[in-house]
Amino acid sequence: MQLKLKVWRQDGPEAPGRFETYDAVDIKPDMSFLEMLDVVNNRLVEAGGDPITFDSDCREGICGTCGVMIDGQAHGPWKGAATCQLHMRAFRDGDTIVIEPWQAAGFPIVKDLMVNRASFDAIVSSGGFISADTGAAPDANEIPIPKPVADSAMDAAACIGCGACVAACPNSAAQLFTSAKLAHLNLLPQGQAERFKRTEAMVETMEQFFGSCTNHGECHEACPKEIPLDFIALMNRDYLKSKLKNRKLAGQVFP
Amino acid sequence: MTATQDRPAGAGATRPEAARINKPVRHRSIPLLDLYQTAVGKKWVMAITGIALMGFVFAHMFGNLKMYFGPADYDSYAEALKTIAYPFLPKTMVLWLFRVGLLVFFALHIHSAYSLTRMNHRARPTKYSRRDYIAANFAGRTMRWTGIIVALFLLWHLADLTFGLGNPDFVYGQVYNNVVTTFDRWPVALIYVIANLALGVHLYHGTWSIFQTVGSMNPHFNPMRNPVRRGFAAGFTIVVIGANISFPLAVQFGIVGG
Repeated sequence: MQLKLKVWRQDGPEAPGRFETYDAVDIKPDMSFLEMLDVVNNRLVEAGGDPITFDSDCREGICGTCGVMIDGQAHGPWKGAATCQLHMRAFRDGDTIVIEPWQAAGFPIVKDLMVNRASFDAIVSSGGFISADTGAAPDANEIPIPKPVADSAMDAAACIGCGACVAACPNSAAQLFTSAKLAHLNLLPQGQAERFKRTEAMVETMEQFFGSCTNHGECHEACPKEIPLDFIALMNRDYLKSKLKNRKLAGQVFP
Repeated sequence: MTATQDRPAGAGATRPEAARINKPVRHRSIPLLDLYQTAVGKKWVMAITGIALMGFVFAHMFGNLKMYFGPADYDSYAEALKTIAYPFLPKTMVLWLFRVGLLVFFALHIHSAYSLTRMNHRARPTKYSRRDYIAANFAGRTMRWTGIIVALFLLWHLADLTFGLGNPDFVYGQVYNNVVTTFDRWPVALIYVIANLALGVHLYHGTWSIFQTVGSMNPHFNPMRNPVRRGFAAGFTIVVIGANISFPLAVQFGIVGG
């Protein structure tokens, strides 16, 4: 396969960005998108040029490190796949592919296609945990959890924090990420003790970095783990409750 | 029992490399007052005022159907609006309560939309050179424009049929006459039809969005792909806008006042 790449190049966070065009030759349809970039970078280095900087780690869709806008879609045209899981057979010989970094004020560009996602860490560290005693691990099935609840919490926990939801959102909103991180704890018994404190802190931290939700649903379409929008509804509900509930009564079984 | 280690809220929030899109929330003694400082809180305000305004737009449409019953019925309906709950309450009191309430709802709906729009523009300073939308539809992406069209139309509508500006045949209190004489001019009828189409597009996205914003996620009511929400939004929009558009058309074709 022979392709043309239109790639966003930016020397640093403050530097102005520009598009540069590269030829990708000898690309095989069974290469992953990142392998294709590796091939292009090898040629760039051999020719004495500056390779295209991009993030990647596990290359099997579970770490959430990679991610670029490919032809105007976060992680490219395949649904439910991260950039590393996208293969070159998704494209046709002779195509021109536009590659851009995630664009959001909350994700400053480090270099080229690599962005700084420290704002996600700030959201999680403000409440995305449970406080537990140290010591021997408790028995795994000590607390009964209904199967639909466990399934739903597991769906939320599938979030790998890649940032595609923010990148795909016209408002650079991180509602799908934050709501998934909230839901996987707020749905389970272990998450109840800090539920409203957590919701309040994580929503308010999120809003210092990202925009607001306009219910388009682009985030769900872009998400490599296909996290449903229902978690955003749950977050909206829990956030209002965090402001309304009498937390002195939060230990009651029927709140 | 649990050794809770209190971590600072929003640890790392002050990292210099990250942009500040919204100011940190200043917590008040009454937590409910914190809400309007946050985008999620503003969306709640937008949803609740949206529900109230939907109620108004429906009642407005329903009441105006009286014009198909003739001048006597229509004028007496307009008169009756001034005497709701009379003689328990003074005349026009309920009407004024509605008017003040509507003004407050409009003000909150527009202010929350304005401030969220500003926030969203700050959050995406650099646009993509190419963007393929998959889920975002026309209605959702034009909310701001249809909202502005509806707001401008509202000012015109008040001037036209409440204050009687620009209609030489306007007579205070003769509602049927005023409606017929204003809709008889085709450019006016056209403005009403276009503005109502914009309102319809706005209502469709707004109505189904309300379910999401107020946290409706019960699978019994929201099965996959949300046919219930979408169906309700489409049905409500078609009923309200269909009837609203029929009024200027009925006058134009001589069905009303002909």
